[in-house]
Amino acid sequence: MTEVSVTKDATPPAGDALVALSQVNKHFGALHVLQDIDLTIARGEVVVVIGPSGSGKSTLCRTINRLETVDSGAITIDGKPLPQEGKELARLRADVGMVFQSFNLFAHKTVLENVMLGQIKVRKTDKKAAEEKARALLDRVGVGTQADKYPAQLSGGQQQRVAIARALAMDPKVMLFDEPTSALDPEMINEVLEVMQQLARDGMTMVVVTHEMGFARSAANRVVFMADGRIVEEAVPDQFFSNPRSDRAKDFLSKILHH
Amino acid sequence: MFDFLEGYDLLGAFWVTVKLTALSAVGSLIWGTLLAGMRVGPVPVMRGFGTAYVNIVRNIPLTIIIVFTSLGLNQTMNITLGATDFSAINFRLAVLGLTAYTSAFVCEALRSGINTVPLGQAEAARAIGLSFTQTLRLVILPQAFRSVVGPLTNVLIALTKNTTVASAIGVAEAAYLMKGMIENEAQLLLISAVFAFGFIVLTLPTGLILNWVGKKLAVKR
Repeated sequence: MTEVSVTKDATPPAGDALVALSQVNKHFGALHVLQDIDLTIARGEVVVVIGPSGSGKSTLCRTINRLETVDSGAITIDGKPLPQEGKELARLRADVGMVFQSFNLFAHKTVLENVMLGQIKVRKTDKKAAEEKARALLDRVGVGTQADKYPAQLSGGQQQRVAIARALAMDPKVMLFDEPTSALDPEMINEVLEVMQQLARDGMTMVVVTHEMGFARSAANRVVFMADGRIVEEAVPDQFFSNPRSDRAKDFLSKILHH
Repeated sequence: MFDFLEGYDLLGAFWVTVKLTALSAVGSLIWGTLLAGMRVGPVPVMRGFGTAYVNIVRNIPLTIIIVFTSLGLNQTMNITLGATDFSAINFRLAVLGLTAYTSAFVCEALRSGINTVPLGQAEAARAIGLSFTQTLRLVILPQAFRSVVGPLTNVLIALTKNTTVASAIGVAEAAYLMKGMIENEAQLLLISAVFAFGFIVLTLPTGLILNWVGKKLAVKR
């Protein structure tokens, strides 16, 4: 694994980059978690990031809306570089939807209030319009009947779908999914993946960190394989899964696909 | 048996205690919350101020703070807090001193409550574009308050009893009246018992009610 060249079989159409990372580096103490990351995500593209635990894929996802800062390199969203912490960054985050592994719904607010909060406080939408939109989104992800419950009263799959609705309520330009199904019971994974499939079909730009290879195969335009803080391979899903180029990817796939 | 109570305005004195408690409670809740906000905030100067304030103020005896408001603020610096007569000035000074002191404890109780709110809540709030103050005000503090109703009840009960220190600067609350009665009457034990009972009447229901409120408000995770 001394060879650092990235195998690129899928290059996004140039000129329509929505998210662009160039030469991004980050350390956690002595650990070099992101090493010279170059990644461009085009408008409408669905990029799935896979790789072994500790490969830096979650960190990569979190740098895109600056929940993690980077040590060096540049990240731009829609042509604008990520600003420092403050009003401008908050404005930019509103345009970048994020779905977490542990849902992170606001525990003291009802499902409906969760989806309305950002609209009212950030987008300054009036209450009635916000509620209408929240109810429509909750219907869309299939939890419309749970609107008045509190997050703790919902199953994990339902909570995650609410979290997706909460992110969608901001009309984001891009959605980041940080292992959205990793904390779910097996029978709830599909209900969340279906919502994500639908989003992908509707043309949402998505960055998805996941271990769900089925989702990667069916919904991704491009698979990015990370290991040890580097992007080792980028390819269209068919090619990546049937004919991985790098040894690291072959090794990874052999461990997860055949058992 | 209780003839000795005649001629004394017991209710009036306890009413002053209640007013001291209520005003100081509201004041310290506000100032304590602001201090907690400073202590968890991203601005180093404010964090430093909050930390210094709490560590200095909570380690000074309340008596010294209350006496300082009178001798230092009023008599040396001529601060009257907008009042003209002696008793109103001292009452306001006592509220100021009690608020300054109790806020330090409110701040620390609240800060421990903030630490019970999972980090993911703040991350989710920031991810939808809320600013630091919005995140604190709309997501973190509401959950933090609910988890510290118990500790804040303790602070409130302590505050109720601490109001007796205001007698040191001549505020005519319960303990002030008690001192007067002890000088003029013979039933020393009974007098103490009456005042002890008066404070229990104030604090016991407070504790019971807030305990119930705390259970009702608890955030389920």
